[in-house]
Amino acid sequence: MLVGRDGARRILTAVSRPAEQAGLRVGMPLTKAHALLPGVLTMPADPAADAAALGRLALWALQHYAPIVAPDPPDGLVIDTTGADHLHGGEARMLTGLVNRLSASGIFARAAVADSWGAAHAAARFLADPVCVLPPGKAGEAVSPLPVAGLRIPPETVTGLHVLGFSTIGDVLAVPRAPLVLRFGPLLGRRLDQLQGRISEPVDPLRDPELVTVRKVFGEPIGAPETIARYTAGLVHDLCAALEKRGLGARRLDLLFHRVDNSLQAIRIGTARPARDERQLIRLLTDRIETIDPGFGIEIMDLTATLAEPLVLQQAASSLIEAEEADLAGLVDVIVNRIGAARLYRIAPVESDVPERSFRRIPPLSPETGTTWPSRWPRPARLLARPEPVEVMALLPDHPPASFTWRGVRRLVKRADGPERIFGEWWKRDAELAAVRDYFQVEDTEGERFWLFRSGNEEQAASGVGRWFLHGIFA
Amino acid sequence: MSASVHAVVADLRDRIRQFDGRAQRDRAVLPFGVPEIDERLPGGGLALASLHEICGGGNDAVEASAAMLFAAGIAARTKGQVLWCLTRPDLFAPALAQAGLAPGRVLYVEAADEKSLLLCFEEGLRHGGLGAVVAEVARLSMTASRRLQLAAEAGGTLGLALRRFRHRKEADALAQPSAAVTRWRVSVRPSAPLPVPGVGRAQWLLELARCRAGEAADFDVEATDAEGRIAFSSRLADRSPAAGARRFGAAAG
Repeated sequence: MLVGRDGARRILTAVSRPAEQAGLRVGMPLTKAHALLPGVLTMPADPAADAAALGRLALWALQHYAPIVAPDPPDGLVIDTTGADHLHGGEARMLTGLVNRLSASGIFARAAVADSWGAAHAAARFLADPVCVLPPGKAGEAVSPLPVAGLRIPPETVTGLHVLGFSTIGDVLAVPRAPLVLRFGPLLGRRLDQLQGRISEPVDPLRDPELVTVRKVFGEPIGAPETIARYTAGLVHDLCAALEKRGLGARRLDLLFHRVDNSLQAIRIGTARPARDERQLIRLLTDRIETIDPGFGIEIMDLTATLAEPLVLQQAASSLIEAEEADLAGLVDVIVNRIGAARLYRIAPVESDVPERSFRRIPPLSPETGTTWPSRWPRPARLLARPEPVEVMALLPDHPPASFTWRGVRRLVKRADGPERIFGEWWKRDAELAAVRDYFQVEDTEGERFWLFRSGNEEQAASGVGRWFLHGIFA
Repeated sequence: MSASVHAVVADLRDRIRQFDGRAQRDRAVLPFGVPEIDERLPGGGLALASLHEICGGGNDAVEASAAMLFAAGIAARTKGQVLWCLTRPDLFAPALAQAGLAPGRVLYVEAADEKSLLLCFEEGLRHGGLGAVVAEVARLSMTASRRLQLAAEAGGTLGLALRRFRHRKEADALAQPSAAVTRWRVSVRPSAPLPVPGVGRAQWLLELARCRAGEAADFDVEATDAEGRIAFSSRLADRSPAAGARRFGAAAG
């Protein structure tokens, strides 16, 4: 529980979960809190340290999530996710990941995505549990049942609105604007417009003096993609020179465009390993220029190495020893920046006899595992995402099927091989203790080959349902 | 034809190729190691710096599993890493390993749509450091294939467009024009009976539907082995030469 000062009174500025359950509230005088809960532990509030911690958190979000991040004091962060969410697998997954990572480090957070800063602010505080994604264009409707405290207005205005009988944002939106502005000043009207996205609200992006940044200010605004590309090349050149002085290579670059209408556009690129190769970086940045809307023109371009790591130089293998192995890092970067890191992968073997568990995805540049799958038994070229039930004529107990019907087509089995018995992995799930699958490779009269299995051994009910499934297609 | 005529024809072909602007290194080929197939391909194998198109025939047009193994076998015999672009992740990696393509050699790209798939395909071909790029594409327009062919020439990389159709109806794709240097159709055939119960090596009908500077042909082959090699079917070897010639003639005509 934190105690701060409001004039001469000492009031609570933050309370812990258990204290909240005991009836303590933010804004309550300290004396009252002591009366309610004798012996409660209090600490003096330190707004300066809080702001510094929020700044550090914003820097972390900047390095990991999106190029435009700003602290939203006293207790929030605002992140412009435009063009950044697809790299994290979509908005919902990005938010869940963010909240989970914060809670892993002991911070309870709620997060929301909406069209405007105002709507996201209100939704994160009053709607998110712990995340919420408002569909585009629906922000106004979604936030209208929320309390007026979500409007980013001073506490006096909130109290004043309560006195007048307004409790939700929707109530305030429904009445004429002029009398409200006359009474509470222009801020309320501006916040309402910002909430609905009627007027733009630039985010002043956080920039840390520690980060390597180069800036180009234009006398005359620029807009043509070729011009942007030319100046991007110049900025990359300067940045690489600055990075070289410090012995660093860039892992993540942010190119911010300040437009004349005071809004921001950003390009973020990442590299798989620290890079200082001008050509590669220019290539990655100019690939994404088409996503930039220059509007009426761009007046400032900022290029920041948001994440930089020491660059270790490697000696290239001499052609005398062996043919040089081509470096794929450049290609990996180009593809990852285009379609997202999760979509480029290698497949590594996993020691499991259950086919759907026998592989896992690993990052594209992870070191060679040197392992492969056992090749004793043939494996199909295509594996169905989930086995599909088939109607089968088969002799029991362990003959291959004589015919089967899959997706409405009946096929006569000409040749078959099997069974290959695969046992359940009891160390993973109790239900698999007795589970059994008998796999058969069958060839029909046309020469097509399929991978069928019967679940269960027909003797114990626990071993499986005794039905037949088609799991894969051979060549 | 006499030897001198052969020489003249070869010389003319060389000159035409120079007009095409293709450099010397682009003429490197990847032989199948099967003389009957290699002698029908110009240069004695699949041209390395170019685009080749493979599709499945018959019932296999949608799954294209035989075509996939054929492509994997070709990719396995190149040197270096292989980029495999797909939109539907139903490929079972152990099968690639059994066709000779070790898991450490394959990079997978799972594109969200056809457009980004083609972009990644082209990017991989242009990079030049890969052994082969395989892409499972549903639609391949003339413009797209032309772009890919140019990218393959620029990067000196073998490109394999593996056609995966959404429906059986679309499957007559080899009727549409394409800039690919060769176009193959792989269909499965019933395998030869074994003396014991069981399933033998799979048999394919390999149709070379189009071949730049060459003739169409079809071959009976045995499926890829653990090194990615196909073998000429023993059944055709047993057949009389006249029967074989008729088959080739029918396919070319």
